[in-house]
Formats: sequence, structure tokens, C-alpha cells
Amino acid sequence: MQAFIQTIIDKHEAAPVRLLAILRDIQAEYQHISAATIEILATALKLPRTQIISVIEFYSFLHTTPTGKYDILLSDSITDRMLGKQNLMFYFASQLKLKIGELRSDGLVSLNNTSCTGMCDQGPAGIVNGYALTRLDRPRIDAIIKLIEQHTPVKQWPAEFFAVSDNIYQAGLLLQAPIKPGDALKAHFQRGAQNTLAEIDISGLRGRGGAGFKTAMKWRFCAAEPETERYVVCNADEGEPGTFKDRVILNSYAHQVFEGMTVCASIIGAEQGFLYLRGEYLHLYEKLQAILQERRESALLGNNILNQGINFDIEIRLGCGAYICGEESALIESLEGKRGIPRNRPPYPVSQGYLNKPTVVNNVETFLASTKIAVHGGQWFADVGTEQSQGTKILSISGDCAKPGIYEYAFGVTVAQVLNDCGAYDVLGIQVGGPSGTFIDIKESQRKLAFEDLATGGSFIIFNQSRNILDIVKNFTHFFAHESCGFCTPCRVGTSLLKKQLDKITEGHGSAGDIVALEELCQLVKNNSHCGLGQTAANPILSTLQRYPERYAEKLKDISYEPGFDLDASLETARHLANRDDAGAHLTQVEED
Amino acid sequence: MADKLKLATTSLAGCFGCHMSLLDIDERMLELAKHVEFDRSPITDIEHCNPCDIGLIEGGVCNSENVHVLREFRKNCKILVAVGACAINGGLPALRNHIPLEDCLNESYRDGIGIENAQIPSDPELPLLLDKVYPIHEIVKVDYYLPGCPPSGDVFWTFLSDIIAGREPSLPYELIHFD
Amino acid sequence: MHKTITIDGQEVPFEAGQTIMDAAISADIYIPHLCHNPDYQPHGSCKLCTVKVNGRNCSACTFPAMEGQDIQNHSADLEQDRLRITQMLFVEGNHFCPSCEKTGNCQLQAVAYYLKMHDNHFPHFFANREMDASHPEILIDHNRCIFCNLCVRASQEKDNKNVFAISGRGINKRLIINSKSGQLKDSDIDINDCAAHICPTGAILIKGTGYQVPIGQRIYDQQKIDEVSLAEESKDHG
Repeated sequence: MQAFIQTIIDKHEAAPVRLLAILRDIQAEYQHISAATIEILATALKLPRTQIISVIEFYSFLHTTPTGKYDILLSDSITDRMLGKQNLMFYFASQLKLKIGELRSDGLVSLNNTSCTGMCDQGPAGIVNGYALTRLDRPRIDAIIKLIEQHTPVKQWPAEFFAVSDNIYQAGLLLQAPIKPGDALKAHFQRGAQNTLAEIDISGLRGRGGAGFKTAMKWRFCAAEPETERYVVCNADEGEPGTFKDRVILNSYAHQVFEGMTVCASIIGAEQGFLYLRGEYLHLYEKLQAILQERRESALLGNNILNQGINFDIEIRLGCGAYICGEESALIESLEGKRGIPRNRPPYPVSQGYLNKPTVVNNVETFLASTKIAVHGGQWFADVGTEQSQGTKILSISGDCAKPGIYEYAFGVTVAQVLNDCGAYDVLGIQVGGPSGTFIDIKESQRKLAFEDLATGGSFIIFNQSRNILDIVKNFTHFFAHESCGFCTPCRVGTSLLKKQLDKITEGHGSAGDIVALEELCQLVKNNSHCGLGQTAANPILSTLQRYPERYAEKLKDISYEPGFDLDASLETARHLANRDDAGAHLTQVEED
Repeated sequence: MADKLKLATTSLAGCFGCHMSLLDIDERMLELAKHVEFDRSPITDIEHCNPCDIGLIEGGVCNSENVHVLREFRKNCKILVAVGACAINGGLPALRNHIPLEDCLNESYRDGIGIENAQIPSDPELPLLLDKVYPIHEIVKVDYYLPGCPPSGDVFWTFLSDIIAGREPSLPYELIHFD
Repeated sequence: MHKTITIDGQEVPFEAGQTIMDAAISADIYIPHLCHNPDYQPHGSCKLCTVKVNGRNCSACTFPAMEGQDIQNHSADLEQDRLRITQMLFVEGNHFCPSCEKTGNCQLQAVAYYLKMHDNHFPHFFANREMDASHPEILIDHNRCIFCNLCVRASQEKDNKNVFAISGRGINKRLIINSKSGQLKDSDIDINDCAAHICPTGAILIKGTGYQVPIGQRIYDQQKIDEVSLAEESKDHG
């Protein structure tokens, strides 16, 4: 074991910033990171053992106790649930003869839930030993179980189990007519760095992750920092449930993303870039590495790029299952091999980012757009969209529609238009921008997708009239409680309290006062949390309470108060031990007259 | 003179310390008696609560009987008050909450030192224990809280004086204690 | 010439590099806090020091003071939120003051008194947490840990050690000890370390000292936390 671990440490140059990569490799070999391994790593990396333990405990894909030789996770996104995931999960568990969340006694297999894996257009989805599974159904699960029981290595499983389609149904400025590798850089070098930056400015491009900060301004701030060691980071940690556009962009447009990063690097003066790829997209890793290598061989990356005396390279760092790492300062912490805890700001990453050096962090789509703008100029982009939201937006459309997949629209498109194009009928409402965004009712379908109306990072989940609003809100609220990093009190405790309070109401234990308490708690978490996660965690409840108060009200009892837990069930242990079942051994949930 | 306010008190999973502390209002008890008539309370031996203005609850909720008594108070009292640490957060009895109930019962009745005729009692007359000790606000709606272990006589006096005078009750800083 | 910010209508001077909290302490203005201690790097996690800066919520302990800021510290809304955040800490852990030897000297309790907290408001988690009594001189009761990170910082910044760390995620967060066994007795903590004395609650206690001062005569039995805190903190930094 020691020899293997040493090889891994050497491969990653014993660099503490690559701790996640080291832990991933060890986990893949031994299905967990043992106490003995932690000791070896602590010595080799000169880190306190507590730092290694805390990193392992922070990320969902790392474990201090063994998972199965076959570790299976099913995506628990609302879209997977709408495609029957819950039944498949129960079926899977019963066929494997294990409990969800546990390791089977023979150590062969473990099964658990995981947050949205970004396969919402081809779910129900899962992950086996890190690799994405799509389009799960009973026959496929039967086949998988057979492979597991026969100890067939995952590498030898049928390729179609791992097939991931792009499903691009509508292409616009960004997804049409890909440029040839190098064309953007050539145009950029010909024009000059300052002029390219001016074009980005003219384009009006704003960050595509959802927050919408002006890209040119971010790059300019970073370039103006006195510290000259600077970094470019591409945020490919799209964890917002319902979002999968970056998966498609990286699968089919990666050259242009890397080229955008390179353009940025030459403008801000960075020599090192990172692609922070969410762990769920491990299937893209080799392919992306090959593209980077190809670019190095074509002088588009590495030393003296296109003979312009510019040096820049890109390293891919994989996440390990933590939604919070999509927040840029948490992502930087994770890049440094630490827990993904959002930093206090200011300072902002443009002045103190990776290793406290000036860093530009942009979304995958933003870099893709930068590449196109570098070729076609800013006006080409600015001519499309609305006055405040120039250009196009790539949407990940999932849920109740005929053609879930990728759609690119000019900003300002109406929700109605989008629904029409993807074949959505009998619609109840749409979650725009994912759980952290807004739930809108079909009555609002004339609203526009744009920063000035419905801002979105791209997630667009459609629900038809057969869906239960409270099931949706519950799934989202549980998601945030699971993903809260725990740094600040309002989010750490508040998201769990939101979960308790919402469950109390949806399970029929609520009364009128509980809705008031729920709303109060929502505002508390929203207004006092440290970062965007906590600040938006109450959005699913707030936006549906506002639109569908009757859905909540019909769950309420007409009494002053009811306990939030099952009173009679809390007597069960005592009943059993006293061997009683008389009337006095039971309690009603509320007082009966 | 207006009708007297009716006051009921009880101790659930408590130690009666809060009741003792109520008696610490000493000679002010005579003044209180001018305005207040005791209904169900250890002081009166009235067994069931009649409609009352104020109900003071000491102790948390540890068994099925506590639930019944608490409900009787909630049903009959216009104002229900959680008195003392145990009513407010479960208090010391809630220290058992991290120990599985089965272990608690086995230790007390079966495996503990010096136990004869070891068996877990099974008698319909005995209330069954809840899996945890709960604060009363998790079982019924509570109107006011008097913190302290116990709340001092002055806390009771201040609170009851406010209620008698028809004021919104308020405790000055010096009277807020959790110990 | 001094630059100034305004806190609740009062002009407060500040120097470059100061946070809003620093400036407030220098001006003898108390902003409630638990994870902050001027002797250590600001952390910004408890969120009790949330103030409104030009209408926006910010943590006073980490947010830089900047010319012209109009800051609201004492308002009914802010106090209400602080009360609720304190109640969150009370239901998250297991805080049974009558059985805790820190009672009367506990900052969590004192902040609760200051905010006129009577009850815990929320349903309790009754989290299952351990006690580590392994060390001959120092006791850790994880039931009372509020994750302020002060022991972590004290050990790193003052003791030049790394005895403590925060692990886990979300509501499963936990304090861990840097020793092979995970127990305090096997760590390199020393009774004279700052980390052993910094805990604002009763989570880290020095054994054998608990009842030297009787209950009723302790720090916050005599004085409110705003007075105590300003007296201690402006002494060092005023």
C-alpha cells in the first residue's frame, strides 16, 4: 500500500494544492482513505493530519470508511425523480440486497444518493466509481447488477451505459460555426491585447454563471493589480440542479473554451490557468487532457504561444462532489487543495485569488463567448440580445418537455417561446436558474430571460400540471441543507431548520403559525448568510409561497399547534421494551376532544 | 374588585425546584393571593385543570403522561408559560437524549448495579417514556418563557405583576439567567 | 486628518486597514460578536456582528471601514436577527447552562442575555456529540462547541501549533483534534496554550477550576457583555 501511495504522491509532486487529486487517486484504488494513509500523506505533504481529514469529510466523493468495490450513486435531482429515480433506487437496493447509504457486508457494492449529476436531459442518471451512467431503467439495472456480481471491471461494461449525448436542439452565436483552433488567438494577437479587451467591453459580455459581472471589467481589474503572478480559472463546477450546458460545451467546444482562457491569460498576463471540472464530469477528463495536449503540440498552449513570446498552460483539477465549489472563492480554496469554504470579501479574487494572487474566474460559457468575440468583434455580439443583456444565453432545458437538451437564445427571449420550442405542454411552472433562481408560474410566460428580468445561469426545469409543487420545493430545500458548507451560522443551522420546518408542513403537521415561522426563517437565512448558497437557499420556498399559498395552506391543520415529529412513534421503543400495546401506550398527534 | 385571575401550575419532567422558587416570593404571596386564585397546582391538590387565565409549566416532556397534562393545560389556560430551563429546552433530563432509550431502560431496570428481579416494568398504570425529552414548545404552543434554573422569585413576581396589571410582561436584564 | 464612518448616527474615525469592528471598538461601540476576538484573524462566521452598511448586510468583523459608510448597528431588525442566530446556536448544540461550569462566564450565554433571549425558539437538534476527558488538565465537551474557530486560530496564530481543526460539512460540522488517536491527551496541547483558554463557551475547559467563583458572582452576573467586551478589547486596541 505504502508503495502505491508513494507513487501517487510522486505523480502529484507532493504538492498540497493537489491534495484533492491525490485523495481521488487513493480513493479509486482503496475505496476510502484510511487512517494509516492519512498519516503517510500528512508526513509526505507536510500537512497537519487534521487538514487532510477535514478535506475528506468535506467532499461527498471522499470517504474515511470503505465504500464498495463498485460504488454506485444515483442522481437525486428533481428531474431524475420525475423520471422515476426513486422507484429505481428502491429496486436497485432490493436487488443488491443492501440498504441505501450502506456498504454491502461482502464489501463488493455500495449504493447512495448524490446531488444532481448534470444529466437531466438523459436521466435517471447515476455514477459508478466516478463515471457517469445515463438513461437508467430496470433492464439496465439488472444488467449492471449482473456485471457487479460477476466482478466485471467497470472499464469492461458496455459503452452504451456511459453514453452521454449533447442534445443540442438550438444553436446560436456560440454554438454555431465553431472557429478553427488558433483563429481567436491569431485575431487577438493581430489586434493587440488592449484592443481585444476593448472588443470584449463593446460586446457587453457579462459573466454567464448567473451573477452577470462585466467580463471586460473583471479582466481589467485583474490586469491592473500590482502583483504580476496572475491566474486564469475556468469554473466548470456547474452544480446547480438542472444545469448541464457546460458538460456539452466541454464535450464539443473545449478548444474554444481553452482558447478563451488563453486570450484572457494574454490580456491579464497570466502564465497558469486551471479548469476546475466538477467530479461528476470525470468522463470528460481524458478527452480534455488530449485536447490540451493537442493545443500544446500546435503551439496554442505552453511556451511562446504562436511565436508571440507568451507562455500559458492549463491544468485540469477535478472537484469531489461539493456544490459550494461553484462559488468562485470556494472554488479557489478547493483548487488550493482545501475545503471549499467561501472566503470573506473583500478582497475579491481579481486582487487576491488563487494562492492570494490576482485571479480571473469565469464560467465555461463566458470563455467560449470571449473566443467568439475575439474573432468576430464586440459589435457582432452586442447586436444580439437586449440593451442590458447582450448576446446569447445557452439554456439547459429539462423536465416535462418533448425535447430536453441544449438551447441557445438571444437574451430577451420569452419563456413562452422557449416552452414552445422544446415541446412543453400543460405547464404548471418553470424553475428558472435552478433552485437558487426563481420558480415562475405559467401565467408569467411572457417574462423574458435576461439580467433585467429573469436572470439565469442556464437551468430551466419545466413542470407540468401533474407535478406537486411541495415535492419540488422539498427536493430543493433538502439539496441546500445537504450542500451547505457549514461555515456561517445562518446557513449551517438555518438550511437544516428550513428542511425541518418545510417537512413539518408537507407531512401534514403544520398549522397557520408554522407558515409564518417558515417565512420568517426564510428571510433570516436569506439576509444573514455568508454567501450565495445561503442567500438563495430559501428561494424555492419564498417564490412558491408567493405564487401558490393555497398549496401550502391545504396542508395545514385548523389547530393552534402540532408537534413537528411523530409523537406516537417516539413511544415505540418504550412500548416494545415494556411489551405493551394498550390504549395508554399510544399518543395521538394532536389532542382529541 | 375585579374577579381574581385563575392560575394553574404543574411540574412535568422537572424537580419542583421552580415551584419552590415561586414560594420564594415570600410575603408577596399575600399580595399575589389578593389577585390570583390557584386552580390545579401542587399547592391546592386540585387534580384537573379548570378554565384558567395562566398556566405555569415546569419541566420538559419525557413521557406520555406529561403530554396529556401539558395538553390539558394548553386547552384550559389562556396564557401558557414555560417556566425554567427544563420546560424551555428539556434541561438536565434531556441529557439522556444522546443515549438510546433502550440503553437507559436497560441500565436502570436490567443491567445496572444492585438490581434485583431485573425486568423492564410493564404496567398500564405507568406512563411510557418518549424517545427523547422535549421542550414544551415542541409539543404545544407556548406564550411566554421564564428562564432560569430555577427562575428567581423576582422573576415570578415581575411576570405575574405585569400580567395582573394588564401589561405586556417584560424581564429586566438582571432577571434573565439560564442558571 | 482622520477618515470617518457613521455608526447609528455617530461619527467614528478609522485608520486605513481597520474593519468596521475595529473602528467601533476604538470608539467604545459594542457590536455583538462571538467568533471575533481582536487578537486573532477575523473569521466572519457567527454572523452576530452583521450590521447594515449603506443598507446592505455585512459582517462588521471582516468588512473594511471605508470613508462615508453609513452603518446601522442597533435597530430592531438587526437585534431580532441576532437573537434568532443566537437561538440557532443554542438548538444546534446541547447547551444546558445549569450543568455547565462555564455558566456566568460564557459569552454565548452573555450574548443571549444581552439580546434578551428567553427561549430557544426553534426545534432542538439534540445532536449526538462526544466529550473528550482524556487530557489530565483540559476537557472538551463537543456539545457546547459553536464552531467559532477561535481555538483553531489561537493554536495556529499564537501557540504555533495545529491542535484543532474544523471538519465535516454543513450541520455535520465538527471540531477535530490533531493527534493520531484523535484524543486531546495525545495532541501537543499544553495547559498554558492560548487555545486552551480562548473558548467563548464551555466547550474547552480547564479541569479543576470550575467552581472557584460561585454561580451568581461570575463575570456576566455582574456586568453586561457590552461593557465587559469593550473594557477588554479596547484596552488592547484602543
